[in-house]
Amino acid sequence: MIGLKTIVRKAFNLFVDDVLMTMAVLLWLIMVWLLLPWIFVPATWWGVIEFLGLAVILTVSVLHHARPR
Amino acid sequence: MFFDWTQAGPTIVAAFLASMVEFIEALTVVLAVGTVRGWRGTLLGGGVAVGSLLFVVALLGSALTRIPLDAIRVVVGTLVLLFGLRWLHKAILRGAGIIARHDEAAIYTRQQQALRGMTGNAGRWDKVAFVLAFKSVILEGTEVVFIVIALAAGGTGLLWPASMGALAALAVVGLLGLLVHRPLSRVPENTLKFVVGVLLSAFGTFWTGEGLGVVWPGHDWAIGGLVAGYLTVAVIAVVLCRRRVGAGRQTSTGVES
Repeated sequence: MIGLKTIVRKAFNLFVDDVLMTMAVLLWLIMVWLLLPWIFVPATWWGVIEFLGLAVILTVSVLHHARPR
Repeated sequence: MFFDWTQAGPTIVAAFLASMVEFIEALTVVLAVGTVRGWRGTLLGGGVAVGSLLFVVALLGSALTRIPLDAIRVVVGTLVLLFGLRWLHKAILRGAGIIARHDEAAIYTRQQQALRGMTGNAGRWDKVAFVLAFKSVILEGTEVVFIVIALAAGGTGLLWPASMGALAALAVVGLLGLLVHRPLSRVPENTLKFVVGVLLSAFGTFWTGEGLGVVWPGHDWAIGGLVAGYLTVAVIAVVLCRRRVGAGRQTSTGVES
């Protein structure tokens, strides 16, 4: 019937399509977590910074796929 | 049953739209199997799969209520964020014409052709029909289960709104399938995926931020701002991708001529 491999692959594919984008998102979240408390930015701006980083990652990733070949 | 509608409202909408996309994909296979192999095994396979998925949601959902939310918010938020960005990424590329759109009618025809070539006992009790229907509903339904559980994990009392959204989608798709008896190829799947991608990315960003210590201006209302933000970014990204591909085509045509 449905092999364990299929389920694992399906579960992985739920979150990862472009490995580079996934890595960039995770790295950015780690940076937000570790670095923002040390930078003198009011806490209410952290969310905006988090969002802007993610928006840049998404845009760069889709533009990379839209490269003329 | 009282909900905080600032979170429950978007949760119902996100669960409904995301589940609808998955159920439409499952319906295409179920219809193809049913029309070629007969309905008894097909409906039983699909029904057993839906029952199994409901059992998993009930099991994980009740476990979820016993876990402190703050402990899992970062993990769930990150997963929802990755899931949402993946959908949005694909929807942007489809919107820009870089990857092909999902064509339910073509999938339906392909499935029917493949099924006609299969041997086995098509008739009163068809094991092949049961297995194929079960498999397609379970595989698409796994995503629905994840969406419901992840959305439910975002805040206290969100399991019901998330489940209601998914069940409403199942009812709508099931009813439409029963009425039209054809794959729902007229439903704008890419637009749905685009909207769901925006909603889930916004939820994921909000919850991850909360888990990482971000103080959101306007608290839960910040989700609306994030939705508007992602929508703007995604629309701009589609335009930029179209221009980039168009510029590439013009250049290559210029070189060739």
